[in-house]
Amino acid sequence: MFYREAGDFKTTYREDSQTFPIKFDRLRFYAVLAVAYGVIPLFINDYWANAVFVPFLIYAIAAIGLNVLVGYAGQVSLGTGGFMAVGAYACYKLMTAFPEVSIFIHVLLAGGVTAVVGVLFGLPSLRIKGFYLAVATLAAQFFLVWLFNKVPWFYNYSASGQINAPDRTIFGVFVTGAQTSAMAKYMFCLVMLTIVAVLARNLTRGTVGRKWMAIRDMDIAAEIIGVNPLTTKMTAFMVSSFFIGIAGALFFSVYLGAAEVGEAFGIQKSFLILFMVIIGGLGSIFGSFAGAAFLVLLPVLLKNLLVGALNWPTDLAAHIELMIVGALIVIFLIAEPHGLAQLWRVAKEKLRLWPFPH
Amino acid sequence: MKTTFAALVAATITMAAPAMADLTVPNLSYRTGPYAANGIPYADGFNDYFTLLNERDGGIGGEKVQVPECETAYNTEKGVECYEATKGQAALAYNPLSTGITYQLIPKVTADKHVLYTPGYGRTSAANGKVFEWVFNYPANYWDGASVAIKYLLSQNGDDLKGKKIALVYHNSAYGKEPIRTLEELSKKHGFELSTIPVDHPGQEQKSQWLQIRRDKPDYVIMYGWGVMNQVAIQEAVNIKFPMENFIGIWWSGSENDVGPAGEGANGYKSISFHGVGSNFPVYADLQKYVFDAGKAAGPADELGTVLYSRGMYAAMIISEAIREAQTMAGHSAVTPEEVRDGFEHLNLTEERLTELGLPGFAQPIAATCEDHGGPGSAIMLQWDAVAKTWGPVSDWITADADVIDPLIAEDSAAFAAESGIAERCK
Repeated sequence: MFYREAGDFKTTYREDSQTFPIKFDRLRFYAVLAVAYGVIPLFINDYWANAVFVPFLIYAIAAIGLNVLVGYAGQVSLGTGGFMAVGAYACYKLMTAFPEVSIFIHVLLAGGVTAVVGVLFGLPSLRIKGFYLAVATLAAQFFLVWLFNKVPWFYNYSASGQINAPDRTIFGVFVTGAQTSAMAKYMFCLVMLTIVAVLARNLTRGTVGRKWMAIRDMDIAAEIIGVNPLTTKMTAFMVSSFFIGIAGALFFSVYLGAAEVGEAFGIQKSFLILFMVIIGGLGSIFGSFAGAAFLVLLPVLLKNLLVGALNWPTDLAAHIELMIVGALIVIFLIAEPHGLAQLWRVAKEKLRLWPFPH
Repeated sequence: MKTTFAALVAATITMAAPAMADLTVPNLSYRTGPYAANGIPYADGFNDYFTLLNERDGGIGGEKVQVPECETAYNTEKGVECYEATKGQAALAYNPLSTGITYQLIPKVTADKHVLYTPGYGRTSAANGKVFEWVFNYPANYWDGASVAIKYLLSQNGDDLKGKKIALVYHNSAYGKEPIRTLEELSKKHGFELSTIPVDHPGQEQKSQWLQIRRDKPDYVIMYGWGVMNQVAIQEAVNIKFPMENFIGIWWSGSENDVGPAGEGANGYKSISFHGVGSNFPVYADLQKYVFDAGKAAGPADELGTVLYSRGMYAAMIISEAIREAQTMAGHSAVTPEEVRDGFEHLNLTEERLTELGLPGFAQPIAATCEDHGGPGSAIMLQWDAVAKTWGPVSDWITADADVIDPLIAEDSAAFAAESGIAERCK
């Protein structure tokens, strides 16, 4: 009744090919945007921004990036942490080398640098597939972390090897550095996420996305019908790394403010984002959001519940939290192997039929 | 259903710790992960000292002290969350026991006006109070530690280290990289040959590093390790039969938990410390009586008097003394974070005061000033006796080489000031 194609008349091609063709979807999308842009900024404080929203928004960008590669193009990657590090260090070098240029441009350029690096490390995907490709990207992860540790030029020869984000403004408002308000951080990340999500959604609906999916579903068949594996795989690596690079740049400059490559962009980060994509749902933009929300919010929620509300010792709570999150992931993947996005799809099917289930 | 769940989630996330008394000193600790073995005794010592003050003296100046604990797992993201969760409670001082988290927090505490106290860790150049208004790292820092180790080796070798080979085994992070610059300067000054060997987080696998040491045969090995890395390094040194008396750890690489797993083999291992060890100080009798016997201790009774427990207690003692100083200066007992900062800056910890606190000769006196947030920079050398299972001092207090370290601190803090646009204070 609520969610249906029927009765939603379209009279122009433009209407027919809009991002959300179904009215209910479109309204929901506008509602989410209205809340995100109009309501949350009014109530946000430092704790909500730094512990909940900013990490969620940044991880969502990274998860969308990885989902393009793993979910849409079917190329397994364990190099996400390394690519985020490329974004972060590119952003740092650009910020310190060209302080007069807007940080917005720097974040996008950092994404561009990461795209180039991503294509470079994506080249083996033309020859190897599946687990073997995973191992090749794992090599990228370790190589990049090693590189940023080893070459002092990347961290401007600082004694400790740490990179620190200098204060930068957009329209006179601080978006990086300690003076940044919770709202500025949130809005900057939100604008980036909106751009990335709309871009990703439309890319995956068009020719590029269909080629990616063709390669994912069966690469030989795709090649026979005229999909060029070289350009397809390279664009997948490029777009994915671009998004992940943006996430890395934001993670360093807006969220953390100071970073150390081994700690912030280690192998755990690669796995974390891969888990987000798998739990959220492969090949779904909504799934990237859901996965990021699940893995960012749940630990914070459990921590506040166990330590704040129940007054448990912090070590016990931390261990129980690991067990609960782990158990939920296992139970969830058994009950719903296609991730959180599948739940949403099922819900939409139910809404299509409601109130007459047959 | 969905909305009620969302409301529940929102309510739970916002639920902060219970209502706080007037003095709040959060304990950003880590009791989980690869660094827990070192994080637990430190956090317990920190908590227990404040418990002692509350139980024995009724707090500081009549105000009870609350120590809300927050688990960081030595992870910077969780550290940020803990900071944000506790800063609203008018937190008087932060002591995150992690150099990575310290780097994150330096700009934040400066903007939010909270004290960051990092005894023996953190950003070394924070010793320069002219640039770092809200950060204190007395009594000693990483560069002091490196210099003390070299000075000790000089004294062992008739003031001559020419042609000697010294290897630095370090945790490949901001913490471990800190001493490299100082050691490079010192190697130029004293003519020893320095090699640096990084160990990546968490450091459970060090076969290749110790193979390199076995091949290069350095005369001395200095270690900047933490957590499980310490235990593994000491075990590997035993395995390659490296002479333990030539193996020196910084203060973070010299606790009972680090040498314990290597058993008898660790006998003779040396470590620097900026405070005394052993349970002979009178304060431990009070801790036993008011905290352990009363069942209010944070950890097991055998922690009392261990190195890291004492170090956590030391940090708590300094913070409580700074609060006391702030109360005297402000003339009221419910002090604000700003007033506590002034207390830190005017802290004058004398031998007499230490004796009053039940810690005679436990540490070096500190007289902080506006410029000097770094303290005396001296430390003693300890050696592990694996049979008696005790650390014993093998040197007197050694003071770091200020000729080498002061210019380095000036250089690094000037770079930070330029990067962050900070004007020097204390004029």
